[in-house]
This record gives sequence, C-alpha cells and structure tokens, in this order.
Amino acid sequence: MTPDDIRARIRAALPDAEVSVTDTTGGGDHFDATVISSAFAGKGPVERHRLVYAALGDVIIGPSAPIHALALTTETPEEYQRK
Amino acid sequence: MNDELRKRITDTIARGRVMLFMKGNPAMPQCGFSAAVVGILKQTGVTFDSYNILADPELREGLKEYSSWPTYPQLYVDGKLVGGADIVRDLHAKGELAPLLSAAQ
Repeated sequence: MTPDDIRARIRAALPDAEVSVTDTTGGGDHFDATVISSAFAGKGPVERHRLVYAALGDVIIGPSAPIHALALTTETPEEYQRK
Repeated sequence: MNDELRKRITDTIARGRVMLFMKGNPAMPQCGFSAAVVGILKQTGVTFDSYNILADPELREGLKEYSSWPTYPQLYVDGKLVGGADIVRDLHAKGELAPLLSAAQ
C-alpha cells in the first residue's frame, strides 16, 4: 500500500474529504492519516473511524489485509478551522 | 459468523466493565498501540480486564466483524466500543477518558 492508494480510496467514498496520509514506518503497512470531511458532522469518534474503515474496505478488513495499523484523526471542516 | 462464536464474543466483552482486547497482556504487550492503551488505563487508575487476541485467532477475526472495527487494541466500557489507541489517547488528552471509565465503576 502507498499513501496515494489510501487517499484515493477515502476520496472515492468521501468525495469532499481532505486527506493526508503518512507511511509511518516506510513498510507500506503502518499509516497515519488525517481526514477532514463534512460527512463526520454529528458523528462520534467510533462512527467516524468506521466510515473511514468502510471506505478502505479489504485493504484494512480481513486477516490478510495489507494495512496493519492506521492512526486516524477525523475532523469536520468546521472543527479543523477552529484550531 | 456462527451463533456460538457470536456468543463467545459477547460473553468475553462482558467479562469486565472495562475490557481491553489487545495483542499480548498488560505485563507484556506485543504491540506499541496495545502498550499505549495499557499505559493510559494504568494512569487513570481504573481496574480493567484484558484479553490476548493473539492467543485466539477465531475470536480475533470474529470480533473485528462483530464490531466493524478492523484493528487492535479495542477498548470496551460497559459492553460498548470506546475505540482503539488513537481515540483512547485523544479522549485521555481531552480529559474525557477518566469520567467515562469511572462511570463504569
């Protein structure tokens, strides 16, 4: 997996999303991602993460999925601007 | 998922009001993210139970499906998924974790 693959999958499911992804170990299996999307409005952290996991699908779900770890920060555009 | 596995999952989640599914055990975590959550829980002083999913491949995969959550650790409070390492870390940083855990005492 590359950060670009991950970004593309998230954008396909959440078209308005601003996505930045880092490969934290350089090994293509541990990533750090920040996703900013209006789709997160009104949702708690667990539901927000589930939206991103569903967008990634079989690259993170399942025993042989190539992504082993994904540290996620999820914000709405309003939350991002408030910082 | 068969009913037997589903029941084993719900029974295991119900073993403790604060229940951590992790890689390894609190004394010897086998993953940095599991270690981080153990460290935070210890800081809060809460009593928690844990389950080593590395020793149970069937439950390891079943719980991911049950919770729609693909990675470990997974922290449950009163049977409800609180999140994985980054959510626990975030709640702790915002001072929201301890109240959530103490409500479970």
